[in-house]
Amino acid sequence: MFENINFLLIREIISSVLIIMGVVFMLIAAIGLLRFPDFYIRMSAITKGSTLGLGLILTGMGTYFNEPDILLKVLLIIGFTFLTAPVAAHVIGRTAVRNKIPFWERTDLEEFKDYLRKEHSTHRDHERDNKHL
Amino acid sequence: MSLFSFTLIFAMAALSICVVLIGIRFAMGPTLPDRITCFDMFVSNIIGIVAIYTELTGNHDFIDVAIILSLFGFLGSISFAYYLMKSTR
Repeated sequence: MFENINFLLIREIISSVLIIMGVVFMLIAAIGLLRFPDFYIRMSAITKGSTLGLGLILTGMGTYFNEPDILLKVLLIIGFTFLTAPVAAHVIGRTAVRNKIPFWERTDLEEFKDYLRKEHSTHRDHERDNKHL
Repeated sequence: MSLFSFTLIFAMAALSICVVLIGIRFAMGPTLPDRITCFDMFVSNIIGIVAIYTELTGNHDFIDVAIILSLFGFLGSISFAYYLMKSTR
């Protein structure tokens, strides 16, 4: 029953749709990186957008090639990216808070101040770092 | 030129526009953490371009480039953040 189905065409269509979706996510992330007002908001935009876009592009490539070793390499890249992008964003954001990068003036900082007050009771050196808040 | 290769070339062009936008933010980013996140996004864009180029040419060897590049992007951004944390104390 499978004789008259063109599997190459089906794979090309699925791969094209996935790649276009990934590229749209990447483009939204790049526009957000250019237009958002604050470092922290920009970082949140590009971390989520670029991780999801890269995953969709690589999934499209894996479905086009249709071979096990290519699929293994694609899963390796996707797993590594999904594991490391949030870690890198967390480290950079923590460094930015330590380095007194200013927040947007309309950001609601109440919970963050509560958190810092709780931290101060246990760690003395955080108090010196976060005095500007 | 088939519709499939046209789609891939269109996707590569869109990712190149992304790289240009990231370069603008890299040039005008007010602080150093902005530039580190720009570097992170830049590396992931280049991984996407390498993946689409692999699919366009059908040559399997370029996927290893993407693996090594994802590793180096993570190491680069982590080491920049660590340097920034250490240099301002």
